Amino acid sequence: MMPNLLFGDNQFFGINHMSEEKARAQALQFQDIKEVFKTLDAAYDEGIRTFMCTTHDRVEEICNYVRANPNRYRDYTFYPCMPYAHKYANAATEEGVIGAIKKFAPDSGAWSAAVRSGVSLAGKDISGITRLLIDSEMKMFKGLRTPVIFLQNVVVDLLLGLGMTEPFAVFSDHVRAKYNAEPGFITMNLPLLLDVLDDLKIDNPIVCSNINKLGFRMCGGLGAYEEALRERRFRAIAMSVFASGAIPASEAISWVCDQPNVEAIVFGASSRSNIRSTKGLVDQFWKNGHKLLA
Amino acid sequence: MVRLALVGLGKMGLSHLSIVRAHPEVNLVGVCDPSRFMLELLGKNAGLETFNDLETMIERARPEAIIVATPSRFHGEIVRVALERGIHVFCEKPFCLDWNESADLSELAERKALVNQVGYHYRFVASFQEVKRLLEANAIGDVTHVLAEAYGPVVLRAAGSSWRTQKAEGGGCLYDYAAHPINLLNWYFGMPARVGGTVIKKIFSRDTDDEVYGTVFFEDGPSAQISVNWSDESYRKMSVKLSIWGKAGRIFADRQECKVYLRDGTESVTGYSKGWNVRHTTELTEAVWFYVRGEEYSAQIDYFVKCIASGSHENVNSFAAAAQTDQLMSMMRDDAQAVISAPSASPSVQQRKRVLFGRLEEGRAVTNDAKFAFWR
Repeated sequence: MMPNLLFGDNQFFGINHMSEEKARAQALQFQDIKEVFKTLDAAYDEGIRTFMCTTHDRVEEICNYVRANPNRYRDYTFYPCMPYAHKYANAATEEGVIGAIKKFAPDSGAWSAAVRSGVSLAGKDISGITRLLIDSEMKMFKGLRTPVIFLQNVVVDLLLGLGMTEPFAVFSDHVRAKYNAEPGFITMNLPLLLDVLDDLKIDNPIVCSNINKLGFRMCGGLGAYEEALRERRFRAIAMSVFASGAIPASEAISWVCDQPNVEAIVFGASSRSNIRSTKGLVDQFWKNGHKLLA
Repeated sequence: MVRLALVGLGKMGLSHLSIVRAHPEVNLVGVCDPSRFMLELLGKNAGLETFNDLETMIERARPEAIIVATPSRFHGEIVRVALERGIHVFCEKPFCLDWNESADLSELAERKALVNQVGYHYRFVASFQEVKRLLEANAIGDVTHVLAEAYGPVVLRAAGSSWRTQKAEGGGCLYDYAAHPINLLNWYFGMPARVGGTVIKKIFSRDTDDEVYGTVFFEDGPSAQISVNWSDESYRKMSVKLSIWGKAGRIFADRQECKVYLRDGTESVTGYSKGWNVRHTTELTEAVWFYVRGEEYSAQIDYFVKCIASGSHENVNSFAAAAQTDQLMSMMRDDAQAVISAPSASPSVQQRKRVLFGRLEEGRAVTNDAKFAFWR
């Protein structure tokens, strides 16, 4: 069972979809990693003990901190989301697409050889590369609880568009087999992704997507999302429920809690008071029968 | 359905490929790249028709439209081949490294009545579209000055081996980064009459530029300063921003928001009032059918496809518009090379002053060239 409220990490890395000024203020606030720990502690003490985070370099420091304090964080859980796309995008500008993949898939002699010689890549080679990249991203979480592992939306949606969907199945199989985890997919194109996951026979998948009253970044349209939530078999996690602050908090949470089949909400906050008020709203409006695993 | 093909499977090519394959009105008939690895990867795993030769692809796949996302150096040649065969073209930016070629191709595309578009996606970012709307409505009165900036963390050390790090291939901060704010200046104010004070420098790159600064002057219009640095780690990703000063107010815009200060309350633009007004991307951005990395990337492709379907040739990002940007970047390169050197130890400052004043007293016109000759 997944808790109904997950703590996100955008605020820690200066990511704010509303304002660069706000993003910079948050980058300043969380420059000292101790401020990050303090906010995670505040969330923890409010009963929010699952951290859904990208594989950003700084998350490694958080992992080390949690490992170093096993008594304090006995039941702490990570939901890693991979990869942190900007490191690949910047590397691709510098080294080219193939250079970027090589850079982040260490120990991949076979891969380098394949690229160099231009030999053909059968399906099984692609799965090899995918597994190497997953393992490389998962290193920082060694010894920590990671019951759900997500593929980030940039990768999911790029592959979805390309029609190159086999890596979804490879990802799914590998995180189950090697990390005993449930695979999760983040997307901006929920209805389209659900069709593809059905075709790949990935049953009842965990899918995280924008779900907000405005329909902001919900490709396929609000109606198609509502229909998917009503009729499709999948486990929905709602993100961007406030549409980057465009919807008042109470209105936003009340609307999301009215949607059928939403299993959890992921949110970010920079202060204990915001964490507490969001949790208060979710406690007030939650209707799906889930209880917080506090 | 538009029969579409794509040339160049690098970072931009893959992103475009994902978007066009997901487009309900596009039938992707082929991709072309010299990399056997990429072709086999996509051929086997995405079921694409792949080609390592442009002519063969055109002949066999018979595309009506083509997306060109090769290294910039090859744009001109590929675009010409496509246009000559009557194929509509979407080309990545910058358009051509030689702006004369850009102008020729623009003329060719117009003559053949083919849809022509360049991938300056900031023209599809809602906040920058809002700036265009505000300027056309004269919301801040006569514009006196503009600051056009772009910063990001691309080259942070002496490394790199892709074409983007090589000047001859069309890589570098000027063509890759500065092109965007420069193109926005062209969109808002047209072609400037002259440029000055251009600085194009390396920071870490061996072979190309990492920072670009300069001033451009629009006739009977504003001056604009360009400030671009792609070796700035304090930015998480590329950030383009504009500050525009007018007699009746000021506009600030980046990808996230458009902030406008209006000095008076005359309702020249609906919804805006005296003092500060802020519009966020959440309210300005129109939904797209498919999202990979920003609505603007999807929106520009959708626009291209719709222009073909509707037979429209009023393209907001036409070759002609991109040729302006190519020409302006070329002017900046020329300007950057015409640097006035500090004088050597002799003659002394006093002596030089005397010489200069002496020449002025003689009544000789001191043109720029004369000044250069003198200071050298």
